[in-house]
Amino acid sequence: MNVQDLYAISPLIVLVTWATLLILVDVYIIRDRNGGTPILAALGLLVAMGFAIAQTGQQYTAFNGMAVVDGFAIFLQVLFLGSGLVGIALAYNYLQRMGIERSEYYILLLYSISGMMLMAIAADLIVVFLALELLSIPLYVLAGFGRPKVEPEEAALKYFLLGAFAGGFVVYGIALAFGATATTSLAGIVQAVNAGSANLTLLSIGAALILIGLGFKVAAVPFHMWTPDVYQGAPSAVTAFMSVGAKAGGFAALLRVFVSALPELAADLSPVLWVLAALTMILGNVVAIAQGNIKRLLAYSSIAHAGYILMALVVFGNTQVSSDAVAAALFYLVAYAVTSFGAWAVVIALEKAEQKGLALDDYAGLGRKYPGLAAAMAVFMLSFTGVPPTLGFVGKLYLFRTVLEGGFIWLAVIGVLTSLVSAYYYLRIVVIMYMRDGDPQVHAEPWLRLTAGVTAVATVVLSLYAGPLFAWASQAVLKLF
Amino acid sequence: MLIEYLPIAILLVISTGLAALIVWIGNTFGPRRPTLRKSLPYESGMNPIGPGTRRMPVRFYLVAVLFILFDIEVVFFLPWAIVFRQLGLFGLIEMFVFIFILLVGYVYAWKKGALEWE
Amino acid sequence: MLPVGYYIALSAILFTLGALGVLIRRNSIVIFMSIELMLNAGNLAFVAFARAYQSLSGQIFVFFIMAVAAAEVAVGLALIVAIFQTKRSIDVDQLNTMQG
Repeated sequence: MNVQDLYAISPLIVLVTWATLLILVDVYIIRDRNGGTPILAALGLLVAMGFAIAQTGQQYTAFNGMAVVDGFAIFLQVLFLGSGLVGIALAYNYLQRMGIERSEYYILLLYSISGMMLMAIAADLIVVFLALELLSIPLYVLAGFGRPKVEPEEAALKYFLLGAFAGGFVVYGIALAFGATATTSLAGIVQAVNAGSANLTLLSIGAALILIGLGFKVAAVPFHMWTPDVYQGAPSAVTAFMSVGAKAGGFAALLRVFVSALPELAADLSPVLWVLAALTMILGNVVAIAQGNIKRLLAYSSIAHAGYILMALVVFGNTQVSSDAVAAALFYLVAYAVTSFGAWAVVIALEKAEQKGLALDDYAGLGRKYPGLAAAMAVFMLSFTGVPPTLGFVGKLYLFRTVLEGGFIWLAVIGVLTSLVSAYYYLRIVVIMYMRDGDPQVHAEPWLRLTAGVTAVATVVLSLYAGPLFAWASQAVLKLF
Repeated sequence: MLIEYLPIAILLVISTGLAALIVWIGNTFGPRRPTLRKSLPYESGMNPIGPGTRRMPVRFYLVAVLFILFDIEVVFFLPWAIVFRQLGLFGLIEMFVFIFILLVGYVYAWKKGALEWE
Repeated sequence: MLPVGYYIALSAILFTLGALGVLIRRNSIVIFMSIELMLNAGNLAFVAFARAYQSLSGQIFVFFIMAVAAAEVAVGLALIVAIFQTKRSIDVDQLNTMQG
């Protein structure tokens, strides 16, 4: 324990202290909900982001190898903090409009983000587990934030029961991995495997259980059942944050654990991941076609995108390709985050109380009445599909490239074919917006407009400068300690 | 190795078997003439008031939840107390931070009225 | 002294029972109890391995799991109470307000 250890987790310390003090400030000072808490929370995120960015380019382990600061950690921490800022922007007017304005939203958001950030720096399975729960438990509460209504409560209970179930798998998987290698440190597991002192069968079973648990978190088929109901029932601002933050947190854990600690198990686990990725892409995209509710459609879309990111994980055992794969996965996470937040901003703008304004038909006529919003939504849908010039296209390009380099040609073929299938339901929304007549009612509050506008511009412009962004992601590849 | 546990196993088998045997003998050979009064739940010879499983006020859940939270956190004090001297001043500060975080939770519960009974 | 395999076998049985309970039972509280059983199966495996390897880190992990489980209990019970107040039922088969 020394000063460098504390410096390693300085963004986390800032964020957790900020959130804890915000509870006291909220209880004692801000009593009339005049919007002070969201601004303070956003400020905390910015300060923490400053601390995170200040560590750029450094690489060291802290707390006896329990935590590691590297490009991967910093990249993801900035992504999480940024998604927290968008989460606040999306909620700022939405919570008021829905009559569920409580400052706990922002505090829980900060705690959840601190869990995700802990996940990014985790170098020990104990920390991975703690981070997983720290990011999940606030999200369970947030999912039920719209109470007392039936839908959010059902969503919260479902999310909670399946999330806790997944947590049980992760715990038991970690226990078996500990049994196989006598250590919970990721570096220690690599050493034990290389020294031949590990029980590889037990380690494989443990890794498979961890994969199941994290598969729930990232909504990979066949562990995806909760996703549509939870995404539909939770308040949309929470869903937006959940679909980006929780997924990215789960993938942070998957990438860190599998790529840096378990490459020796690739012979056993790569085929499993192959099947998971293929199933996730196929089922997510095919079932999404049948959806008439925009929140359920985006839920299945998020399942499908989890499948695309899982493709990067399939090559985790191939050390020549795996660093490229991690970079491609990180890039795709950013592309998905930007596009997804934009799409959710539009959904929130159209949503009305009592789960109204969420049908696809409610988007009819948007193109004529609100051309700006409709154009933004069209950009997001094209990006989800993977049409140039958007971030989604570049992200898929990098992903498919690494998969081909890894020699999984059929997986790439499935990825391309399912993208074609997805064009049907994404472009249907565009068609409804522009071709049909209707009278959509929109609450385009300034923060929603700003979010939708900025993400739409970013989706297009960043795709034109994708090279530098990908280079940054490539620097963020995992080092094997 | 396992042979050390043999006496315990024998004891378990004999005691379980004996108990089962006694219950079985009583059930099989004992006379059974149930009357209305005999099959009532026992309430000191009085007529029972209401059903046996009453619904608890939801308040109890709230208190129970708070109790579990603050109760389990104490588990971290034990290892801390064992290595207290080696940790020195740093450990003391660390524990104060920990208690402070718990205290914030307590203050929050208090201010939100979770501890008020009525 | 029992060999570690016996403890692991017991913990595997407990874990399987817990997982089956989650999949089969329909009452939210019972499901939740099954999840706790899974966590405690993990705890048992950890303690057994920690003893076999004479390593403390496994035992410390159990403390963390217990604390996290307590936090989950708090959130879970609160959610179950909330949904009971709204729906008068905690049967997971009746959590079907949202269908595609």
